[in-house]
Amino acid sequence: MSSKNKTVPFAGTKEQEAELQNVILKHKDEKGALMPILQEAQNIYGYLPIEVQTIISNEMDIPLEKIYGVVTFYSQFSLNPKGKYKISVCLGTACYVKGSGDIYNKLMELLHIEGGECTPDGKYSLEACRCIGACGLAPVLTVNEDVYGRLKVDEIAGIIEKYK
Amino acid sequence: METVNIKINGADIAAPKGSTILEAARLAHIDIPTLCFLKEINEIGACRICVVEVKGARSLVASCVYPVNEGMEIWTNTPKVLDSRKRTLELILSDHDKKCLSCVRSGNCELQTLSKAFGIEDDSKFKGEENHFEVDYSAAHMYRDNNKCILCRRCTAVCEKTQAVGVIGPNERGFKTMIGSAFDMGLGETSCVSCGQCIAVCPTGALTEKDMTKEVFAAIADPKKHVIVQTAPSVRAGLGEEFGYPIGTNVEGKMVAALRHLGFDKVFDTDFAADLTIMEEAHEFLDRVQNGGVLPLITSCSPGWVKYCEHYFPDMTENLSSCKSPQQMFGATAKSYYAEKMGIDPKDIYMVSIMPCTAKKFEIGRDDQDATGFADVDAALTVRELGRMIEKAGINFLSLPDEEFDSPLGMSTGASVIFGATGGVMEAALRTAVETLTGEELPSLDFTEVRGTKGIKEATYNVAGMDVKVAVASGLSNAKELLTKVKNGEADYHFIEIMGCPGGCVNGGGMPQVPGNVRNYTDVRALRAKVLYDLDSSMPMRKSHENPAIKELYDNFLGKPGSHKAHELLHTTYVKRTVN
Repeated sequence: MSSKNKTVPFAGTKEQEAELQNVILKHKDEKGALMPILQEAQNIYGYLPIEVQTIISNEMDIPLEKIYGVVTFYSQFSLNPKGKYKISVCLGTACYVKGSGDIYNKLMELLHIEGGECTPDGKYSLEACRCIGACGLAPVLTVNEDVYGRLKVDEIAGIIEKYK
Repeated sequence: METVNIKINGADIAAPKGSTILEAARLAHIDIPTLCFLKEINEIGACRICVVEVKGARSLVASCVYPVNEGMEIWTNTPKVLDSRKRTLELILSDHDKKCLSCVRSGNCELQTLSKAFGIEDDSKFKGEENHFEVDYSAAHMYRDNNKCILCRRCTAVCEKTQAVGVIGPNERGFKTMIGSAFDMGLGETSCVSCGQCIAVCPTGALTEKDMTKEVFAAIADPKKHVIVQTAPSVRAGLGEEFGYPIGTNVEGKMVAALRHLGFDKVFDTDFAADLTIMEEAHEFLDRVQNGGVLPLITSCSPGWVKYCEHYFPDMTENLSSCKSPQQMFGATAKSYYAEKMGIDPKDIYMVSIMPCTAKKFEIGRDDQDATGFADVDAALTVRELGRMIEKAGINFLSLPDEEFDSPLGMSTGASVIFGATGGVMEAALRTAVETLTGEELPSLDFTEVRGTKGIKEATYNVAGMDVKVAVASGLSNAKELLTKVKNGEADYHFIEIMGCPGGCVNGGGMPQVPGNVRNYTDVRALRAKVLYDLDSSMPMRKSHENPAIKELYDNFLGKPGSHKAHELLHTTYVKRTVN
């Protein structure tokens, strides 16, 4: 796994931590408290880095590994923040047969990150998504709200350029 | 006992209410095979090897967790059951690194045993995608090869539940599932305490101690080196199992003979250093009691426990006895007193220890364990490694005549041999502390309240008019429970013995591995501990302070217990660590 290599420096605030502590306090004595705490922690920080998981581990007296195991089990949890520009590549059936896999690979190559990660400067994050309903434009990717269709691999560098 | 009436393979059985099908089947003389199941540790019904047919049930059920009910009809060996078990094995093998010939567990691998039992004709029947994991060599004492892992979760259960450590667990999901640590840290970066209980319960070759036998063979072959070996108390109670002896066989004499055959220049006994530990620790205890030192005093013989304390109870490291463990005391004594006595330069001494423990491999590399300027101990081997050395050297262990340890560092008392069982250090320390304090001979040397395999034991002894409160814990979850009480002011002991492994060293992470289907029905800890208590009661000397070799060591070299020289050589320091 590459999650430990490409981490964005943690920029959590005192306010966020206070909010997290409140969440923990609220759920602490409930059975199965870890899931709601993780969900709310992700709402606060946008993702669940080691710093956040360590706070939860210490406060709940649950081993860090156990929390990490839960976080990596459920796809709803992310170990990485979203970038300023969130790039999603559709790997739905139509896009995939039209070569979106190559586009996804090209993005990983150009951004030097794996799918699901964020560049260390916090600018770009990359993820795969399922059909966004634009099969006529396959293969498709989105950057935040912008949609790009009928893509060719050699157009990718130009698209990234636009979001400097 | 309330029972329910059930039928197993047509036979009527009255099974205790609440028992599982697996337990009930044993009453009918049927051993249902298991793989992930470890009694009281891992009861999750995950691997599906133990499936059986139950009349009326929708599908095959996992007998290890399925309770019996009145009138239940069970079949354990129908073609449907046997086919299912075989298919499960074939599927496990489809993503298993099957390099059995070069696997350390070949011959005592539980997966291999089952494969043979179920007549696997084609170990690659289900060819498909395979995981390829990097082997984790980051820890000092062991390595993890996930390519051989079958995800049974015995290791993660023992780490989290039994040891209250929990630095390993299942990460990711589905096909990508792997046992690892948080944020893919190497085990060496985590707060793993090196106890090796995960290795002890692993059914395959996924978890193994770091083997030092090559280095030891090379040292023995080096004519410039004076190679000496010490054996911990529990080794004599476990080594026999590596050669087919029943659990709980004392093989001390053959062990000494085998070590001599291997070519060690001197074969000594860690028991000697255990007596020495008692001298120092009893002195430290009396000193703390009489001079208002930090109490409770907690023993420091178990390096797994010491590392646990440093990580998880860092504000209690001052309670730890400053005494080095017997292994380290032995090394320090060998490279100073013995070297001087024999006229050998300590740099030429290569000190090997045979230990029931994997944390000893971590301990030899700790800071402040090299009083003579050289590492107290150069190589710490597990009992399993010694077994492999003996086998490799072609020594016919079974036919060896009994031999005796060399002197002077081979002389010991009954007090030292019980160090290997939970409560043993406490009992040995009490024998010496009480006699030192009262100046009178004890009428009985047996402190039975601190014996037995119970996780936490407490007792109060009136010594010279003072009530001395003691507690004994083994297994780190028990240690956690006990220390939390002490921390919260709910208990006030004077002296606590803690051993990292449940039952003490006899159940250490470096002892011979006992397969699940034996472990689940045998009290391995009690059987091995009995060897040590029997030895104690049969020995002419049963008090550490009566060991003439120890007396000589103090008279001619160390001075008195707690002397400056003793402190320099035999005591150490601790660090505060964080939890990862």
